[in-house]
This record gives sequence, structure tokens and C-alpha cells, in this order.
Amino acid sequence: MTDLTKLTAAETARLIRDGEVSAVDVAQAHFDRIAKVDDRIHAFLHLDTEGALGAARRVDEKRAAGEELGPLAGVPLALKDVLAMKDVPTTCGSKILEGWRPPYDATVVQRLRDADLVILGKTNMDEFAMGSSTENSAYGPTRNPWDTDRIPGGSGGGSAASVAAYQAPLAIGTDTGGSIRQPAAVTGTVGVKPTYGGVSRYGLVAFSSSLDQVGPCARTVLDAALLHSVIAGHDPFDSTSIDQPVPPVVEAARAADVRGLRVGVVKELGGEGFQPGVEQRFNEAVALLTELGAEVVEVSCPHFVYGLPAYYLIAPSECSSNLARFDAMRYGLRVGDDGIRSAEEVMSLTREAGFGAEVKRRIMIGAYALSSGYYEAYYGQAQKVRTLITRDFARAFEQVDVLVSPTTPTTAFRIGERVDDPLAMYKADLCTIPSNLAGNASASFPCGLSPDDGLPVGLHVMAPVMADDRLYRVGAALEAASVQRWGHPLLEEAPEL
Amino acid sequence: MSTPAATVPDLLDYDEVLERFDPVLGLEVHVELNTLTKMFCGCPTEFGAPPNSQVCPICLGMPGSLPVVNGKAVESAIRIGLALGCDIAEWCRFARKNYFYPDMPKNFQISQYDEPIAISGEVELEVEGQTFKIGIERAHMEEDTGKSTHVGVTGRIHGAEYSIVDYNRAGIPLIEIVTKPIEGTGALAPQVARAYVAHLRDLMRALDVSDVRMEQGSLRCDANVSLRPLGETAYGLRTETKNVNSLRSVERAVRYEMCRQGALLAAGGKVMQETRHWHEDTGITTPGRSKEQAEDYRYFPEPDLVPVAPSRKWVEELGTTLPEPPAQHRKRLFEAWGFTEMEFRDVIGAGALLLVEATVAAGATPAAARKWWLGELARRAKETEVELDALSITPAQVAEIQALVDAGKINDKLAREVFDGVLAGEGSPEEVVAARGLAVVSDDSALGAAVDRAIEANPDVAEKIRGGKVAAAGALIGAVMKEMRGQADAGRVRELILERLGAE
Repeated sequence: MTDLTKLTAAETARLIRDGEVSAVDVAQAHFDRIAKVDDRIHAFLHLDTEGALGAARRVDEKRAAGEELGPLAGVPLALKDVLAMKDVPTTCGSKILEGWRPPYDATVVQRLRDADLVILGKTNMDEFAMGSSTENSAYGPTRNPWDTDRIPGGSGGGSAASVAAYQAPLAIGTDTGGSIRQPAAVTGTVGVKPTYGGVSRYGLVAFSSSLDQVGPCARTVLDAALLHSVIAGHDPFDSTSIDQPVPPVVEAARAADVRGLRVGVVKELGGEGFQPGVEQRFNEAVALLTELGAEVVEVSCPHFVYGLPAYYLIAPSECSSNLARFDAMRYGLRVGDDGIRSAEEVMSLTREAGFGAEVKRRIMIGAYALSSGYYEAYYGQAQKVRTLITRDFARAFEQVDVLVSPTTPTTAFRIGERVDDPLAMYKADLCTIPSNLAGNASASFPCGLSPDDGLPVGLHVMAPVMADDRLYRVGAALEAASVQRWGHPLLEEAPEL
Repeated sequence: MSTPAATVPDLLDYDEVLERFDPVLGLEVHVELNTLTKMFCGCPTEFGAPPNSQVCPICLGMPGSLPVVNGKAVESAIRIGLALGCDIAEWCRFARKNYFYPDMPKNFQISQYDEPIAISGEVELEVEGQTFKIGIERAHMEEDTGKSTHVGVTGRIHGAEYSIVDYNRAGIPLIEIVTKPIEGTGALAPQVARAYVAHLRDLMRALDVSDVRMEQGSLRCDANVSLRPLGETAYGLRTETKNVNSLRSVERAVRYEMCRQGALLAAGGKVMQETRHWHEDTGITTPGRSKEQAEDYRYFPEPDLVPVAPSRKWVEELGTTLPEPPAQHRKRLFEAWGFTEMEFRDVIGAGALLLVEATVAAGATPAAARKWWLGELARRAKETEVELDALSITPAQVAEIQALVDAGKINDKLAREVFDGVLAGEGSPEEVVAARGLAVVSDDSALGAAVDRAIEANPDVAEKIRGGKVAAAGALIGAVMKEMRGQADAGRVRELILERLGAE
């Protein structure tokens, strides 16, 4: 019998629609897989077995009743633990939210439910999405299915690893500085950060409101596009949500055509600090795109190099404010409430005990950057850099349709290797950060294994605001040509778990 | 009324303050809008609902929730701005004001900082015959916080045994109106402060954007007061007095601060720049946060909201919905009512302008409306220490009582009892008259018998009247009224007396 966990989301949905398999069997197969491998991967923080099987049963009932099923009905999905899901524990990888069960669904969760996806559970992440390795989770790190001594990227390491380890064909991630794309790159999967405002943030526990964006994680480009089209679209509950039609991402993924597409290689995102094997595979991918009919040119984006420092002022500033609500008063952890200590002391003790080191570091940096007398020099300057980076993109997109770079300077590093060196950790997001600052769409697609360590490399594609479909054109064309060249999808080269 | 309480000894005599110092005021008024829903979510805003019954993930600041601006609140903000003569920003933003307090669900307040919706206005006030122009610095939108109740001896957070929070108020739309420094008021500073707040109250009511009930907190005033030596142009260090929750308190608090700061400065001391707390009961202010402890609010643009950019067309349209400007309104009423200047000023001073206007609109004569509001009702308001408009009687009811008097169904004396009944919640004036059996007797047979008895008992008076001294009838009327325990139609009694004695 077919291994139901090895199918793509599109195939799974078709089999369920055609009645060849039941949604319950599909869900159960994935729970079995999780039971088999997750003690080594630790992708999940919480499984909602009952809720998932109930949702799967409803899909089977709908089919039995002759109702029409959506394109992803019955397909299992792993949800990053940063999205509110009614009555299901939502921790954001933090002790401070341990035990909190939201009284409401995030808009994205509502849309997944409406589309009959089966949400298996909540995935591990760096605490409040701050990190590039998932080592900052208060519940222990997630491991990379390619090499369990290595990190799966972050902050959405749990989502990427669950997809790479066949625990779910689809996952939802969030991307503030690269948290969907960098994990996708280092796990050999597909990860897309839609245009800022393309997917509702309502119910996404904010890290940095002006940068956060929800997006799809999948093993194939078409699967990512199908999921993208389910979660995207205007939401009146999110003022920053764009009130425009969703770009035709599924059509673009099916077309897989880059003929005539103008591709710009970003000069500043390469060279020193980039692993040679990563650069080699990146260059091969670019050559492949040329072979497929794309016109490749080199483009300069001179301010991208300032993206990292600007990001590490803007994101902590917003996070220092966003995370202020975790004060023990209304939900979550409460420490030191002995009836004698003041509310202020309880707040302080709770935050001391409930937040991890990286979260505290960023809250302090942010509070400092926003403080009176320093605001202009830090937050104000960073916003100016942000404008310059946005202009770099605008100028580049006058010449080309998409920009490309490696997704990450290196392949997956070892667990523990960078925990004591925040700057080294931050550099993992060098290429991905500019798109968060400018709000444009971008994605990471597998482009082979680095010859120096045999680990996955990602091709980073950046498209203009609301031109998310271009990402899928590039991704799908590259995927088709690569699979033909390798003889099989990249993930099949990953070791058996 | 304005004598400061003597619990703190070091107060300078008010006249002495003015001999040496010049007061400068700055007033910050918060107006709770009367929108049906909150500033950033769909929760209802009704006052007095059970604690924490009007809340949702958004106004509770649950993780992941996001605000969405209430369009009606923006509309009200623009109308307020226009009515204050302000320029309306073509583009403005919300900002986050960050500080930790348990009644703030997000531990930041969504407010406006350096980009308010309305700037640079002016209002004109008349106080004791003098005209004062009050510059408006800005009017901006923000959300209210929840309401903390500190249970314990002090009633304040320090020393409380425990505190409870009601988040129903969290997220109610507020407009904060900030004046430019108010100079040149001299001895009238306390009255100008009061008149300004009363003016805003009337304006908000005319705009129908707020209930403006100071006792319910839908209009709140923070009074900044500083003194500088006469002739000095630089401002002195100021204090900001909070919790000033009635018009009377505005006046008292300003006066108190002038006397307190005056004493400090006269003794060669310094005023601490600090927040102070007004105590209605004792009539004093006590220190709150000092500037040294003051928080850095770390304002930055609210990233969860897009800028507000009201189109010029919309602003123009809203401009056509404004009520008559208060000065013009007063002029019109003055001309229509025919009061003396003194009488009219008293009406304004008592905060009764709109009440009298509404009573006249409901059918009473201006004189009758003025008589009741400034007499009987003002007395009762003072007794119960509430504002005139907080009395539980409507202008329409006052007009109805006057109509009963005019129809001869009751007289002025009985009318006072009807006021008692209406204020005690016994129903409409008509119902109170019926329930309390207050109707005057105008039945000729009953009155006639009483008149006859009065004439018989007072032959001398009767003789005078027969002789043409009609004015003497008063004594007989009094006798009849006494017998009828006041419930007689005095006009009819007079007619009967004169009829019987053949006078006129």
C-alpha cells in the first residue's frame, strides 16, 4: 500500500476526493509517522489528535454526502505554535504562555478550517519567533531530518522539519526576518513569505508587527501555492491586510515557465562569508534558469548590507512593545503571586522567569532604541535604512522581474555551534531580511546539496509587492528541471529516520 | 465655595498670590466618545454594564489580536477638531505609548503622539464680562484604559490590599483636547478654567459626540498650573492635577494649586514638577508621580494600524454638520429671550444655558425656565453636590410642570413638591400630581365656602376691600390658602373674594 505520508498535498487531496483513501486514514498515517520519528526530530509541541481526527471525519462525511471538496480538503497540516487556535495550547515556544488556550482562532486558522485542512498540531519554534535555529525554544530544540545533530533553521524549524520528515505534507510558518525561508533552505523544502499584507496577521502572536508575515511550507512548489491561495486574501480584522485579489499563485506554479523572465542576481548577497558549496549550487541554479529561458543579469542593491543592523533595531523595538502584554495579569505564567507582593513585582518576576535569554536581549535592545533621546539615532535611522532598501528594490524591479540570491550564507550548522555568538546567528538571515523590511514577496526553493557537506541549499527568489506568482513560476520551473536532472525530488536523498 | 480647605497649613492667601504672581494654566480634557462600539473593536460601550462583560480578545489585548480603527470615532474627532477651529491633518498616525499598568491590557496605549488629527484651534470664552481666547494646541484620538479599583484603606494602589480591574472601559474611544498655555487670566484663572471645561462640555453635547458626564468620567480634566513672578515671561515649574471630576472641582483645584505653589515660592522654595491628585472631599491636592520618576513612554508609530488620511471632501462635508458656534448661539438666545445682561450671565454661569434652551423649546417661557433652573433646581443641585444637568429631571419635565402651573392645576408651592416627586423618580409631573394628590382646588363650591369663612373671620379687611382697597385682598387669600393647606387656585380665590365684596 502507498505510504500516505510520502504523497504530495495535491495528490493526497485528489485521492481523498476520489474516495481512494479516507481523510481519517491519512491523518492517522501522519500521527503514526509522528509517533515513529518525532522523538528524534521534536517538530511538534502539541498534537491535537482529537481535533484533527474530527476534522478528517467531517471531510469523509462531506464526501460521502456528495458535497464538493476543496483542493486541499483532508490534507494534514502542521501549524506553527505562534498562531492562535481556539482552545488548543498556544505557547510561541515560551514558558510565559505555557498552558494558555486562546479563546479565538487566528484568521489563517479559520481559513484552514473552512478549507477542510486537518490541523495535526502545533510546531516548535524559537521563542516568540526570535532565532534562526529553533534552539531558543523553551521546550528544547528541533533537529534537522538531514542530520539530527544540526539545526533545522528558525524560527520555524518545527514547521520545516515536520514537512521534511514526512510528518505533514504542509505546514504554516511565519517570517519576520527569514523564519520561513531559512528553515526551508536548510531542510530542502519550499518556504514562501508572501507580500506583507497578503495574508492576515490576525491571531499571529506578534514579534515585529511591521515585518511579520504568515506563509506556506511544503515539499513541492504546487503544494505551497495551493496552501498560499487558501490562507491569502483581505481580512477586515487586519488593517495592514491588502484589499486586492490574491496573485494567481496556483496558475503560476502549474505553468512553471520562466521563458523571458528577467532575473537579477543581487551582487551584494554573495562572496565573503558565503560557503563555497552554497555559492556553487546557487550558481548552478541560476545557470539552469538561463537554460530554461530566463534572462539573467547582475543587479546592485547597495543598501542591502545595512539590512541586518536596521532589522536588529526595528524588530527588537516593536517586540519590546508587543511583548509587554505578557505580564501575568490576564493569562499565562504567573510567578510570585503570594498575596503580599505588588502587581509590579509579580509582573517583573514573571517576565524574569518566563522569557528566555534571546527574548530578553531583544526586549532590552528595543526598549533602549525607542527611549527618549535615542529614538532618532536608532529607531529613526533604521527606518531611513528601511526606506533606502525599499528604493533599492524598486529600482531593481525596474530592470528585472525577480531577484535571486542564496537563501542562507551557509547550510545547516550544528546545534550549539552559534548559541553563544548572537551575531553569527543573526547572519543566517542576511539575505532574507531585506524582503521583510521592504514588504515584498520572497521564497526559498531547494537547489541541491552542497558538495562540501551534503546538506541542502536554497535558492532565494524575491518578487515585487503583490507579484507573489512570479516566485512560483521560478520555483516550479526550477523544481521540474531539478527533479529531472536528479531523477527524484531532493528530499528522497535525506537519510531514513 | 472656593475657600481652600485648611488641612495643609502652607497656603498663601489668594489675594497675596495675585499680588506677587501670575498664573499660567494648561488644560487637558479627555472626552469619551458616545460611539456604539469601542475604538478598535466591536465591543459595546454602554456605561454601567457588569464588570468585564463588554470585552473581546482585541480590547483584552489577547496575544495575536489586532486593532481596527472605528470610523465613527474618526468622524467625531474631525467634527470636534473643526468645532474647535482646528486644522484637520491630511495624514496622521496612531502611536504606541508604552508603560506597564494592570488596567492596560497590552501595556501600551494606542494614542496619537506627534501626528494628531487636529491642531491649532481657538475657543473664545466670556468670564465676568471679559473675553478670553484659549488656544487649542491639539486634539487627538486614543483608547481608554480599564478601570482599577484598589481595595483597602487608601483607595489607591499604594497600600491597597488587592486591586480589581474592569476592562469594559478598555478601548472606549477618547479624544484628548490640549490647550496652549493660558496666560493673562490673573485672578480669574480658576473661573476661566471652569468656563473652558463647561464650554467644552456644551460643545461636545451640541455636537452629540459624547455624553459628557463628568461624574461618570466621560469628560475628565487634568489641570496644569504654574506661577511666575509678576512681570516674568518664562514659565514656572508646573504641576498636573488629575482626578478633577466636576466643574466646581476644576475651579477649586486650580485655586488650591495657586495658593499652594504661591506659599512654596513666597517662602523661597521650589515647585516640584509632578503629577498631583485632587481630593474632592478635602479640597486638596496630594503628590503623585514626580518628574524624576516619570516614565519614558517610548512612543513609536503603531505598526498594526495604517495611517488615517481623511479626504478633504469628507472633512468639508463634516464641516457642514457642525452646530452653531457657541458665541453665536449665545447671542441668538440673548436676543430671543429678552433677559437683562446680568440675568443672561447668571444662566451661563450656572451652566444652565442649554437646559433653559431645551426647556423653552419644550414650551415654557424663558423667564419661567430660568426661574426654575436657577432657583429651585440650582438649590437642589447644590444640596446634593451634583451638576445641574446631572439632576434626574429633564427640561421637558420642567416645562411640563410650568404648564401645569399655567393651567392652574398647581401653584408654585405645589410645583416644588412635584419637583421633589420627579427627582425622587416617582414618575412624570402629571403622575406625581396624581399620586401625591397635589392638584389645587378650583371648585367654586369648595372655595366659596372657604372664602365666606375668611370674610366672616376678618370683617375689618373685608370692609377695606369693599371700600376699594383691593390690595388688602392678599390677607384674605392667605387665610383661604391656609385653610386649604395651599392646594387652592390662588387666582380663583382672589376673583371670588372680589366678587363677593363687590369690588371691581
